[in-house]
This record gives sequence, C-alpha cells and structure tokens, in this order.
Amino acid sequence: MLSMTPKELKERTALRINPCKTCQPVGAIYCALGVHKCMPHSHGSQGCVSFHRMFLTRHFKDPAIASTSSFTEGASVFGGRTNIETAVKNVFDIYDPDIIAVHTTCLSETIGDDINSFIQDMTIPEGKLVVHTNTPSYVGSHINGFYNMMCGFIKYLSRKTGKSNGKIAIFPGFVNPGDMREMKRIASLLKAPFIMFPDTSGVMDAPMTGHYEMYPKGGTKIEEIAALGDCEKVIALGEITSEEPAALLEKQCKVPYELLPLPIGISATDEFVTALSKFSKCEVPYELEEERGQLIDIMLDAHQYYYKKSVAIYGDPDTVLGITSLVLEMGMIPKYVITGTPKEDFTRKAEELFARYSVEGCKAKASADLFELHQWIKNEKVDLLIGGTHGKTIARAEDIPLVRAGFPIIDRYVHSYMPIVGYKGAMRLVEMISNALMDRMDRDCADEDLEIVM
Amino acid sequence: MQGAKILDERKDFIMFKDSCCGDGKINCEKESVSGAVSQRACVYCGARVVLNPITDAFHIVHGPIGCASYTWDIRGSLSSGSELYRNSFSTDLREEDIIFGGAKKLAAAIDEIVEKNSPKLIFVYATCIVGVIGDDVEAVCRKAEEKYKIRVIPVKAPGFSGTKSLGYKLACDAIMELILPHKDIPKTGGINIIGDFNLAGEMWIIKNYLNAIGLNTVSTITGDANYESLIKAPSAGLNIVQCAGSSVYLAKRMEEEMGIPFIKVSFFGIEDTTNSILRIAHAIGDENAIKRAEEFTKERSARAKEFISKYKPKLEGKKAAIYVGGGFKAISLIRQFNEMGIKTVMVGTQTGKKDEYEIIAKIVEKDTVVLDDANPSELEAFMKEKGADILVGGVKERPLAYKLGIAFCDHNHERKHALAGYEGVENFTKEVNLSLNSPVWGYVKG
Ligand code: SF4
Ligand code: SF4
Repeated sequence: MLSMTPKELKERTALRINPCKTCQPVGAIYCALGVHKCMPHSHGSQGCVSFHRMFLTRHFKDPAIASTSSFTEGASVFGGRTNIETAVKNVFDIYDPDIIAVHTTCLSETIGDDINSFIQDMTIPEGKLVVHTNTPSYVGSHINGFYNMMCGFIKYLSRKTGKSNGKIAIFPGFVNPGDMREMKRIASLLKAPFIMFPDTSGVMDAPMTGHYEMYPKGGTKIEEIAALGDCEKVIALGEITSEEPAALLEKQCKVPYELLPLPIGISATDEFVTALSKFSKCEVPYELEEERGQLIDIMLDAHQYYYKKSVAIYGDPDTVLGITSLVLEMGMIPKYVITGTPKEDFTRKAEELFARYSVEGCKAKASADLFELHQWIKNEKVDLLIGGTHGKTIARAEDIPLVRAGFPIIDRYVHSYMPIVGYKGAMRLVEMISNALMDRMDRDCADEDLEIVM
Repeated sequence: MQGAKILDERKDFIMFKDSCCGDGKINCEKESVSGAVSQRACVYCGARVVLNPITDAFHIVHGPIGCASYTWDIRGSLSSGSELYRNSFSTDLREEDIIFGGAKKLAAAIDEIVEKNSPKLIFVYATCIVGVIGDDVEAVCRKAEEKYKIRVIPVKAPGFSGTKSLGYKLACDAIMELILPHKDIPKTGGINIIGDFNLAGEMWIIKNYLNAIGLNTVSTITGDANYESLIKAPSAGLNIVQCAGSSVYLAKRMEEEMGIPFIKVSFFGIEDTTNSILRIAHAIGDENAIKRAEEFTKERSARAKEFISKYKPKLEGKKAAIYVGGGFKAISLIRQFNEMGIKTVMVGTQTGKKDEYEIIAKIVEKDTVVLDDANPSELEAFMKEKGADILVGGVKERPLAYKLGIAFCDHNHERKHALAGYEGVENFTKEVNLSLNSPVWGYVKG
C-alpha cells in the first residue's frame, strides 16, 4: 500500500495528493446541525450535498440532514434564484424546520448568486427564519465553512437589547459532540451560566429511541443565538476556528471575547477553567481539582512509555495544536504537525509551542497534505501517528501505530461520543497513546522480554 | 408521523402497486426536486465510481477540494495489483484559479505526475465549476497526450448536468475512448465481464465461475482492471453485463463498434446466479461449457439452498425494505428475499429505469410501495407503515434504519462481504440474520 510514495521530496505547486481537509460546506452543515430545529441547505447541485451528508454520516454514524437547491444546467447559466425560492418553500412545507441555514457551493459562488437579496425577496412563512453564509470551497477548508456559518447566524440573529442576560457564551470550535458535552459539564461545575453555540450534542450523538427524529432534542436554540448579543462575554475556543465569529459578535453587539486554545491537555484546560471561574466568581470545585490531580498522577505513572517518543499529528488546525500541546506536556516530541487548512497562523502557533517546550527538529506546516507528511516520515520516521482515518495507509506502509483523534474518523465507532477536551479528555488521550505504544512493545518484543507487569 | 408527507412534485416518483399507476409508470430518470433532502449523487460521482476501480490509472479531479476528498478511496473495489487508485489526486482549485482559469494548473498537475512516475493512463474529471469557468480541459488533455505519449482522457462531468446515470454514460465513453484504438486486434473468443467493480472481491468470484466451466476471461470492466488488460477488451467474443444500470450502454457501443455481442447477467441470489452461468455457457455455445455449467450450477445451488434452509426458520415471515442505486439490483434483491422467505414491502432506487420498474411491479406483492429517489421522511414513513424489519441500502440509510430500530444490511459500496454468487448468498443470509436477530434489538424501547 502506498508503495508509490517516493522518499525524495519535490515541491508541488499544482497537484494535491491525499488531502488533509475538505470543503467549506461540510463545516457549514456541521455548524447548522448544531442549531435546534435547523435545516442546513446547500445552494448548488444535488451532488455536493449528497457527498457532504455522507461524509458527516461516516464520521458520526448518525444521520446528517441537509436539503439542496438542485441546480440544473439552466441554473448554472441563469443563476439559482428560482431554485432557492422553490427549495425554501418546499423545505418549510414538508420538513417543517424553524430555520433554514443556507450555504453556497463553489458553483453558486462562481455564477455569483446574491443569496442575501434572494432571501430578502422571498416569502418566508410566519415565525420561520432563513439565514445564509458564503462558503466558496476554493477558499479555505471545512474549518472556514464552520465559522462562516456561525457568522451567518450571528449576523442575522444576534442582537443587543441593552439588557445583559448575565451569561457567558462558549464557542466550542470544530469538535465532536462528546467534547461539547465535556465543555458544558465543566462550565456547569463552575456554576457559569452559559450559551454554547453551536452545540451538536444531542443531535449528532442522539440516542436510539425507536423512531427517527429529523430534529433531535439538542442544538442551540434560536432565542439563544439572538441572546448572544446580550451575553457578558464570549469564550472563543480554538484560536483559528472561533476568532472570526467572536470578533463579529464584538463588532455587532459589543460583547468582549477571550480567545483560548481548544482545552486539550493540562495547561489549555487550566486556561479554560480559569476563564470560567473568573467569570462566575466560583472557586474551582474539588471535583475538577481531583480530575486534574488524577490526570497528572496518570501521566507520571506511565511516562516512561511515551517520554521522548516522536509523533506526527495531522488534522484540523486547532485540534492539532491542542494535541501538540498535550504531547509536549507528556514529554513527547511532536516531530511533524500538519493541517490541510490554509492558515499560516497555524504554523506560527505550532512553532511557538515547540519553542515553549524547547524541542528541536520539529516541523509544522499548513496547507500540507498527507502525501507530503508520508514523505517526511519516509525520510525520518516517527514512533506514533495521531489523526483521523486517512493516515491509516501511512501507518500501515511504515508500520507505525495510529491513535485516532480528530476529524474525520470513518473507520471506528464511539469516538464522537467521547471527549478529548478537559482533564477527562486528556486522560483518554493519554490512555490511547500509551496503549498504542505499549501494544506495539508487546507485539514487537522477543518472547523472553514479554512483560506481564508494565 | 401519520403516513408520509409527500411533496406534490414528488407524487409522481412514488407508486403503490395496487393503486393508480399499477402498470409500472413512475417518473424516474429525472433530477431531484429543489428543496428535497435527496440521497442522489451527481454526474461526477457516477463517472468516478465506474472508472475508479481501474487500479493503475491516475484519477485527477480537476476542481475544488471537496469533490476530490469525498471520493477518496471510498469504494471497496479490491485490486490484485496496483494500489495507485487508492490515492486522491486533485488540482485543489483556489480563488485565483477560479478568476484566471484553472487550465494551466491542470497542465502543471499532469506534468508533476509524469515527472515522478511513468503513468500509462490518466483520467481527468472536470467537476461543476470547471464547466462554468470555461477551462478547455480537452485541449489540456490532448496536449499532454502528445507531449508524453500516454493516454490522458477527459471526463467532463459537471454535477449539475444530470444524474448519476449520465455519469455512468460518460465513464463508458471514456472507456471506449481508451479501447477504440485497439479495436482491430484479433479475436480470441474469451469473455469481458462488464459492470462489476470487484467490491469485496466479487469480480473474482465471477471470474472463478467462468474458469470452473472452462471459459476464459479477457478483460474486467472495471473491477480490478488495469491499462494493459483493458486494451485487450476488443479481442473478446462475448460481453457479460453485471450492473446493467451503469454499463449496458458500454456493451451496446462495443457491440455496434466492435461486433462483440452481450448478454445481461446478475449474480445476486441463487436463481439469478444459476441462470446467468447457464446463459453464458449457451451464449458461447460450447457443448463442453454447457455441460460443465449444468453440473456446476446444480451442485452449487443445492449447496446454497441447503445453507439458506438452515436459516429459514429464523427469517421466515420477516419484512424487508430495499433502497439501492440501480433497479436491476433491486430486482435481484427482491428475488433473493423471496428465497429466504422474506417479503419485500418497500422498494426504492436512485437511478432505476422505466423497464426495471416494470419488472419490479411484476415481482412484488400487491401492497408493496415502490419509490424513486426517496428522501428520509418518505423512507421512514413507508418503512413504518409497512412494518419493515430490515432495510437494505447504502451508508446514508444505515443510521436512519438504526434510529428506527430496524435492522440494516449494506448492499452498497461499503459492503464488507462479497454478496455476489453462491458465496454471496451465504454471506447475505448470514448478514441479514445477524442484523435481524442481534440481541441488542431486545433492549430497544418501542
Ligand atoms: S463543488 Fe465545491 S462545494 Fe461542491 S463538493 Fe466540490 S468543493 Fe465542495
Ligand atoms: S460540485 Fe458538482 S461535481 Fe462536485 S460534488 Fe458538487 S455536484 Fe458533484
């Protein structure tokens, strides 16, 4: 497998091989699914949305709904105005959501449809809403799509009434429902009244009930998105993913924000906890102190198995930065960290982390792909890979263990229900990492070296 | 939900066997309605799935990253040789390419491939926006062919130009483009297997059957195919077409332009498998092959029937819903469920053809619902109304079925076990049984 990957590096300018990102609409749909009774709508050809839904379903193993304008040849020449008008009418008639969140596709962007004016002109049933965002996939990645959709909701819905609701807004970043649950648990422990936006918990990890709910219980309520404008403050998690919507809300409603890394690992979780506790003026409860202490205890117990081991981490920018920070805390060497998302900030932040922990010989790159990562590894091997499913071919070709974390994971189950954020999430990552390395030791060692006690 | 809420425009896409249009008239082969939560894939997707199993080809998606990333190694087509096709190549078009055109980038991408490798065959898929920005993909491919003396074949497949079926047709045209220059090679009388993509090794099963009755396979199109084997296809004496939906068109062209006759076959279910093997032997007309086919099918179908009979007590009386891509496959599945004693209460396809819907209407029972291009709420409503116990479908339907507490069997690209041939009958029976009778259903609250 992947025997074609040559060791010798050569710069490519035109050819993308084995991407480490996907297109904006996937992020936009994921964001919109985190809003209660919302139908994500793709303004473009039917094919795109079919792909996007499948992509999300493969990761979450849960249905991901979205409707489409179904462009035809005609629409691709004359624009998609009638398509979206018919679509919005049909969607409200038959699927009855409270809100439709429209995003564009490459096609509707290229032909230059002005969605905003379409929305202004269409008849929308009483009490229902339509919002939109632009998600041209030839810019950025699914991460851009995710925050662009957040901005779309904020632009249309968030208002400052002048009366504070005393709450803190939490923007979770592009993470799993399991992570969002953990963030909410921590906020509740710190007695901070909050609005999480978006919130896919209870939607993309909805329980089996014996009947199909097109709109499961979870998701940020429309009133809550409106109320973001009256929040005291925003904690924007994921410096690359959450800054734009936070900055927009500040501009639009004067809500200040604090930009923090995703709370992956000890220090990033500490920052999150501190920010919440400062806000709620609630001392960090014993429950959290205890978890933190347990995490450190675990890290000390097992450290000899991962200390100074080298690792390659790939995936979405904030997730990769978060995991990088955790492995540095563990004393590992994050030899290669890459993201496919074209954000140079990523490289800078990764290098800052390298410097903070004084590790040498580590490389970070944005706009990279898995083919290039494979070539790096061929030149200098690592002990472990951390990332989504698509690294498994590299893992196999180079015989390196793989820990699955991030997006997309389409060849395993349960992951989207479990956190990698918070102290609990860090424990889970430490467990997965040490298990992977120790399983490998057990597999590779000579008979006489097989240890019962490790 | 009481009954199904159906969009008015969608009514013509649904029929009840015992009501209004019992004559098998259904409004198929059309694009989805605006606003539908459609399960239907696009032209590009159709073209890609047909060509993707050509294992030693470079498949370059000329377009933005999404179209490429979704089709990266998603189909379980197995290879006995090159693994090249399991990589994702694209031009990952950026904003400046949209403004200034992407033709140069495409040419450069091809250069970058040729510099590093020695490809014999490159397919270039042009997706939606390439059509709109007006890149002359054909010219780029032609130039690359001349420059490198290899085949570089454009597949212009903008998603908006039709449905997945059109994509199949474009793929067939691309294959013709590849093999036509070799059309005058001498005939050897062997067989081409067309329209099987070697999912979970199914092509190998069919090949083994032909082998067992003494017939030779020339080319497999496209499961486990490669450049060298494909260009030999014109030497065959007979084409057998397994997935009619995607490939009958190719067989017709090969008949007209190369004089190779074809027959449609299906290797899903005992009945279809046996008939197909016998018909192939008769079509070749070789006495020895016919005799061997009779013996072979007799022995193997008896074995498969015995296998099913062991499971029958657990399956009898259950009700199945089918939602698959092509009509031909739906037909096979209905027959297969019959063999197991399971009744089909709902049938839907994404790209079923008129004549296929006519056959379906004939072989299902009176109250069975037949749907074209259904959406989740229709699927849900009819499955509940009809009390289906199991749904056979593709990846998007799996979570839906499970949420409804209905068992599921993947009969699409992601199937993990071969479902073709007599082996497939055993696997399918096992899978249906496993899913229907999993202990976890006992914990679902009604
Ligand atoms: S056309 Fe654009 S939006 Fe559609 S799948 Fe391709 S990259 Fe994504
Ligand atoms: S852009 Fe066109 S070709 Fe690409 S996925 Fe969408 S419909 Fe298909």
